[in-house]
Amino acid sequence: MSEILQVLEATATKYSLVTAFAAVGCVVWISYWTAEHLTRGRMHGSAIAIMIGLLLAWIGGTVTDGKRGLADIEFLAGFGIMGGAMLRDLAIVATAFGVRLDEFVKTGVRGIVSLLAGVLVSFMIGAIVAWSFGYRDAVSMATLGGGAATYIVGPVTGSALGASSDIIALSVAAGLIKSILVMTLTPFVAGYIGLNNPRSALIFGGLMGTTSGVAGGLAATDERLVPYGAMTATFYTGLGCLLGPSVVFLLIQTAVG
Amino acid sequence: MPIYGTAILGLCLIIGTLLGQLIGRAMGIDRNLGGVGIAMLLLIIFTDRLRTSGRLTPPTQSGILFWSAIYIPIVVAMAATQNVRAALTGGWAAVAAGTLSVMICFTLVPFISGPSGPDDDAVDGGRDS
Repeated sequence: MSEILQVLEATATKYSLVTAFAAVGCVVWISYWTAEHLTRGRMHGSAIAIMIGLLLAWIGGTVTDGKRGLADIEFLAGFGIMGGAMLRDLAIVATAFGVRLDEFVKTGVRGIVSLLAGVLVSFMIGAIVAWSFGYRDAVSMATLGGGAATYIVGPVTGSALGASSDIIALSVAAGLIKSILVMTLTPFVAGYIGLNNPRSALIFGGLMGTTSGVAGGLAATDERLVPYGAMTATFYTGLGCLLGPSVVFLLIQTAVG
Repeated sequence: MPIYGTAILGLCLIIGTLLGQLIGRAMGIDRNLGGVGIAMLLLIIFTDRLRTSGRLTPPTQSGILFWSAIYIPIVVAMAATQNVRAALTGGWAAVAAGTLSVMICFTLVPFISGPSGPDDDAVDGGRDS
């Protein structure tokens, strides 16, 4: 029996990226099953999957006493390639495919205003929170600011600027909390913020930005609003990745010296 | 061929990252400023051109769509390789940043959407759903 395990470990180590594909596939499957059957679609499967990912990183860090989560366990080193900056950036850029420029123009001035306001306000809040928690360098402030935008904008900003892994993890957690809150709270606040027509759904998507949060939250509020909110939300991450490590970082750097 | 799509995607990312680095240099910072965002814009513009000229065939698209579809799993792998243990010491910063940003953005919705009027349905521009 132990011999089989040895061979299995050797194979898994040799094909570490393939092992990671298989393992992540299992995590995603469990998460989407849980989302559908245990939360009845209230929570999006992607949020549960990322939460499990963070939990696994914690377990990996505790077991190995390392800094790279699961990737420090030898036969799971493929997680580091799959989740590394190279493939992550490639996949994020790919999500822009299918976005039509003319669709965006149709959302009009209010759509653009909501996107800019959403991205900049989130960065500002995240940066202020980072500062008040003692992370007072411009790179950390911009990274946590990105996390307050979405769990993608945070790591993209952080790795472009050379932030440390714990700040990047913090920014992923902030983005995840945002995504979960938007998913669960939207139906309850919809009445108060006038979220009952396509126009306000467009603006809601632009302000919130987290695609999974917006899609989940609007689906629980009124399914007909989902495409409007999702459309502006798809621009949000791109805008955040564009502005975060550039304009916003430079502004923060000027502000904190 | 699907590889054409993946090649276009890769090229956009390389050019975007290069431009990001150059912008960084120009600003006197050795960092990649906005490279991923620039790459996204390049991909949108480039594929839009190809689509209108009819050269964006379904196989070519599939070479891009695969990477777009695998993005959540990649984010899961990314989450699983972060230094979460160290981040837990600053955990409340994540909770505060996430929660405050949601609360404040919720309150901004009515300000930007303004009073609802009879033109509300005009926004959809023929979209039927």
